[in-house]
Amino acid sequence: MSLYTLWGALEIGLIFALVALGVLISFRILRFPDLTVDGSFPLGGAVAATLISAGYDPFLSTVAAAAAGALAGAITGWLNVRLKIMDLLASILMMIALYSINLRIMGKPNVPLISEPTVFSMLQPEAMADYVVRPLLLVALVVVVKFALDWFFSTQFGLAIRATGSNPRMARAQGVATGGMVLVGLAIANALCAFAGALFAQSQGGADISMGIGTIVIGLAAVIVGENILPSRRLAVMTMAAILGAVLYRFFVALALNADFIGLKAQDLNLITAVLVTVVLVIPLLKARFKSRRRKEAA
Amino acid sequence: MNLVKVVLQGRSMLAVLGAAAVLLPVAVSAQSVAVTSFVEHPALDAIRDGVKEGLAKAGFTDAKGLKWQFQTAQGNSAIAAQIARKFVGDKPDVIVAISTPSAQAVVAATKSIPVVYAAVTDPVEAQLVPSMAPSGTNVTGVSDELALDKQIELIRKVVPEAKRVGMVYNPGEANSVVVVKRMRELLPKYGMSLVEASAPRSVDVGAAARSLIGKVDVIYTSTDNNVVSAYEALVKVGNDADIPLVASDTASVLRGAVAALGVDYHGLGLQAGAMVARILKGARPGDMPSETSSRLDLFVNQQAASKQGVTLSPALIKAAAKVVK
Repeated sequence: MSLYTLWGALEIGLIFALVALGVLISFRILRFPDLTVDGSFPLGGAVAATLISAGYDPFLSTVAAAAAGALAGAITGWLNVRLKIMDLLASILMMIALYSINLRIMGKPNVPLISEPTVFSMLQPEAMADYVVRPLLLVALVVVVKFALDWFFSTQFGLAIRATGSNPRMARAQGVATGGMVLVGLAIANALCAFAGALFAQSQGGADISMGIGTIVIGLAAVIVGENILPSRRLAVMTMAAILGAVLYRFFVALALNADFIGLKAQDLNLITAVLVTVVLVIPLLKARFKSRRRKEAA
Repeated sequence: MNLVKVVLQGRSMLAVLGAAAVLLPVAVSAQSVAVTSFVEHPALDAIRDGVKEGLAKAGFTDAKGLKWQFQTAQGNSAIAAQIARKFVGDKPDVIVAISTPSAQAVVAATKSIPVVYAAVTDPVEAQLVPSMAPSGTNVTGVSDELALDKQIELIRKVVPEAKRVGMVYNPGEANSVVVVKRMRELLPKYGMSLVEASAPRSVDVGAAARSLIGKVDVIYTSTDNNVVSAYEALVKVGNDADIPLVASDTASVLRGAVAALGVDYHGLGLQAGAMVARILKGARPGDMPSETSSRLDLFVNQQAASKQGVTLSPALIKAAAKVVK
């Protein structure tokens, strides 16, 4: 495996770490099965790519993309809280709607950014290779986002969101406006996904309407893989685990792409990735069994 | 020996190592070609096989040491990006990128390794090349753009009295949207108009086609992935409502379209393969203009014609490369 492949996996893994953090907020903290992600990820890409190719500042465009994601998440929350539509269905409705909305925003299915400035090209120092700079910038960014989230969810407001997720009835009894908390939580989660989409479009040469397919699956896989490596109920560890999970998942894909030496073919890629993820999920179980057997033997 | 000297020596050793690292791959590399496509489907696979055959014709075969690798993104943008990174890291002599998303990911990942794109309808719009002329960059390739004038001519030959042309397409597919946009501009010049019906998923194709009943005289389709994969649904509507179907891939004629003047995807692959061979022999991709398909095949289906209420002229049947009876 070449160094270039590894840097690439790290870069894409870090972008998807933002998605994983978003999924962690909706699925784990709020306990809201939110599929909006499949639409808000390309929404971010669509908004950023369209604004940048219209001549707007890449940084401003990226912020606008995150704001659009927040709006999408809030609408999902609103459909659920105010219109009493079941959570899963509300998010599916929003996800479907976003497909058309994204096409409207872009005006066509593909907006290239190959010859446009991006946040990465603007922060690119002359002396360093771009494939190294991008992951390094992203490491810094993801760490900042992680600590910001850790801090936010320890404030009075953040704790109210967590309470809404873990025990809504008790939260209401304590005077928490749980409906509003769902809205804000989903807005933050989808803002992160749209932010990731905006960065992905800028690092990969453009936004494409198909870029959202399977985002939620990857995000969830990242969260669950992370939980297996770093099982904990502390938020700071959970966010760290989600990030690690997302990066690890990408390394698995990179590994699978390089599996041709054992006679595997291109079309086996998804299968290999699935097997690798399964192995990670099973390791804790095997470990526990191994331990209990040794204990028995010792006794 | 003082510290400065040690550091300096260390540096010069690094320089030697660095130079060796740069020189080595050039010295030992046999010809290597890395090919990627976004998904696997018959047209894209035909291109891939065509590329390999084109290379073989120029004398580059596995037996003679050609290193060939193929990866597909399985329809996932993130995987397409990772494949692009892997290829750039493998430093092949040429990367062949089939379909728009794959080509964009590869072109975004390298400014130095030669890239030959294929199955991209509008490479300029996709920002792969600044124009169809020699790009001066590391990118060249073959566009699968169809000369739409020829397509409209075919529609008029099949249904001479046609005024309203219906199109079923996926609004999420870049290549289809390009065709629809140009048809909208071109048709009025021939005294005809376009009626659109969108099918965002392949299961929507039948319903989209039904919505055109009574509003159109003929249904024309591009090589839209959704439409091609659900072409039978379109054929059912065409047969039931007597609307003749004109396609732009010859395979659809075998499935029940009246006629198609289609790009020969295998031929497109051969063309791309020949370009790759020229680069392997030392040509610079920046000096090579982007090409379009040089060969079109006409297929007609008489059985479908009678089911869909048209009679094919003897001239059209005579011009066809294949006639389904």
